[in-house]
Amino acid sequence: MERKIRVLIAKPGLDGHDRGAKVVARALRDAGMEVVYTGLHQTAEMIIEAAIQEDVDVVGLSLLSGAHMTLFIDVARLMQEKGLGDVLIVGGGIVPEGDIPKLKKEGIKGVFGPGTHCDVIVDFIKKNVKR
Amino acid sequence: MFDKKEIDIIKREKNKWQKEIYSKHIKNHTERKKKFENLSANEIKNLYTPADIFHLDYLKDIGFPGDFPFLRGIHPNMYRGKLWTFRMFSGFGSAEETNLRYKYLLKHGETGLSVAFDYPTLYGYDTDHPLSRGEFGKCGVAISSLKDMEILFKDIPINKVTTSMTINGPAAIVWGFYIANAENRSIDRRIIGGTIQNDILKEYIAQKSWIFPPEPSMRLIVDTFEFGFKEIPGWNTISISGYHIREAGSTALQELAFTIGNGVEYVKWAMKRGLNIDDFAPRLSFFFNAHNDFFEEIAKYRAARRIWANELKKLGAKKPRSLFMRFHTQTAGVSLTSQQPEINISRVTLQALAAILGGTQSLHTNSMDEALALPSEKAARIALRTQQIIAEESGVTSTVDPLGGSYYIEWLTDKMVKETYDYWDKVERFGGVLPAIEKGFYQREIANAAYKYQKEIEEKKRIIVSVNDYKMDELIEIPILKMDEKGEERQINRLKKLRKDRNQAKYERNIKKLRKAAEGNENLMPYILDCVHSYATLGETCQVLRDVFGEYVEPTIY
Repeated sequence: MERKIRVLIAKPGLDGHDRGAKVVARALRDAGMEVVYTGLHQTAEMIIEAAIQEDVDVVGLSLLSGAHMTLFIDVARLMQEKGLGDVLIVGGGIVPEGDIPKLKKEGIKGVFGPGTHCDVIVDFIKKNVKR
Repeated sequence: MFDKKEIDIIKREKNKWQKEIYSKHIKNHTERKKKFENLSANEIKNLYTPADIFHLDYLKDIGFPGDFPFLRGIHPNMYRGKLWTFRMFSGFGSAEETNLRYKYLLKHGETGLSVAFDYPTLYGYDTDHPLSRGEFGKCGVAISSLKDMEILFKDIPINKVTTSMTINGPAAIVWGFYIANAENRSIDRRIIGGTIQNDILKEYIAQKSWIFPPEPSMRLIVDTFEFGFKEIPGWNTISISGYHIREAGSTALQELAFTIGNGVEYVKWAMKRGLNIDDFAPRLSFFFNAHNDFFEEIAKYRAARRIWANELKKLGAKKPRSLFMRFHTQTAGVSLTSQQPEINISRVTLQALAAILGGTQSLHTNSMDEALALPSEKAARIALRTQQIIAEESGVTSTVDPLGGSYYIEWLTDKMVKETYDYWDKVERFGGVLPAIEKGFYQREIANAAYKYQKEIEEKKRIIVSVNDYKMDELIEIPILKMDEKGEERQINRLKKLRKDRNQAKYERNIKKLRKAAEGNENLMPYILDCVHSYATLGETCQVLRDVFGEYVEPTIY
């Protein structure tokens, strides 16, 4: 049997807005992926540890607070450092258009704003997952 | 409200109309949907008549404004007298920047202030705490000490304008900053007015900016109730909030049922402490969302007043001021679209109108750009102008509860009252509010509703203009708020200087006293005020309470 895509949905930092993260977690699960949700208030180290422990193929980060330019990038850089460069990173939340190129350059391959159809995220993951 | 015989005739005639006129008509003019539903999935009938509200007793169930059960409004004359407070929730970056925004909004006709704090402040961390990384000033203004509070309200007449502060876990301390600032400006603390949100139950349920576990959190809240009515009588010591429950994805009904349920829970805890209900209940206030379904929202506010009045009466309250529910409203952030953002102005207008027709005491209107970033100055001004247009131009303020008596509105109001009690029965089966939180009841209910709503949008069962229909390729051209990049550094330097310059012995003495009091049962407010006055920071003061009380860990459910 083909291995299911394994996804970690993570909430970095102090932001408590978790509606989006939970909805996406459930949509990915309904699309046949195995989903682990970290819960709130994760440091970059905690997220990476969970990613290793759960042996995931994808890490999905969610933030509404506006701290994405620091916290998404922290996670992406630490993942590179820890040899998780082949894990696909995606992010979502309140992200101004202008921030997206920099995030992509830092390795957050897909950035999804409010109003994104969950199928778009599912398709993106299926197309871009590396392992 | 109607004669039984009359109702029978109406029923008979309605059936006849349905068969002979309506059914015939829709054969050739097909309806757009098989079933019409509101956001809480209640089926909405094609037409409401007196027969739908025959069971209501006008005097008992609806009544007059300014009189029990206050369903039609808390004041006899409502907006014919005083308009609601135009209170724009705002805060970003440093205290200096936010101070300028407040002055700007006041200059343009805002009549009350409302502070949004950043995440470190909401969690009781100073800006230089490691967990504050990346969050400085992002979701609101960073306030780490009395010094920052002084700057935030510099040259603002806090003896005249009231201030609402969205702060929960560390509410007692941040309130302390505000009181101490007034005292230092030689303003009598007995005349200052405003609100602290201070509603921890909905933090566990939805907003998730808690610090301490439930028991010590409830103790702190009751401390503020008691200190409030004795020392700061013009202050609303809590704003029991449905807003965040709704933003987390609940339905209107869940928002209503969970929020008032929480309200009753606070009253019970305060009474358990031995406080007299008519001393503290007049200072309890509420905060609701204004979402897309216009009539459902209006019915929600009306139902809320009726339930609260009845429940408080049952709990023994006698003063009208204890019985009537005062509330603030904010339009639904979650309903804003990042696509074609300018059209959010129209959404906000409808939502604001619902809040006003529902009898709100105070209103925040969201800015069109909030699905993209924090509001720019212009976007915030337009949102404020929206309220002013409704107030000054629309004429809806001329009479009290203008929708009262609408068969549909009265039917829906009554239905929401009944269904609230059904929800309370479910909560009771878990053993009450706190056990239901611990067992994840609310979190599950909200997550299910949020997912259902998202699915309906994705399956186009629900149309959101610009998201799943009426889409267009566009270049988004609204300006995005840019914050002062030096703000964080300035704040950290200020903290360093504060810790160096303050009277260290006095600071340590007061922190020690607070720790001892926290370990006992005394009211903590006086101790917190002493700490604040000796320039203990938010993080330092909170750490004492973290040491004594511990921290909350939530059950994770999706």
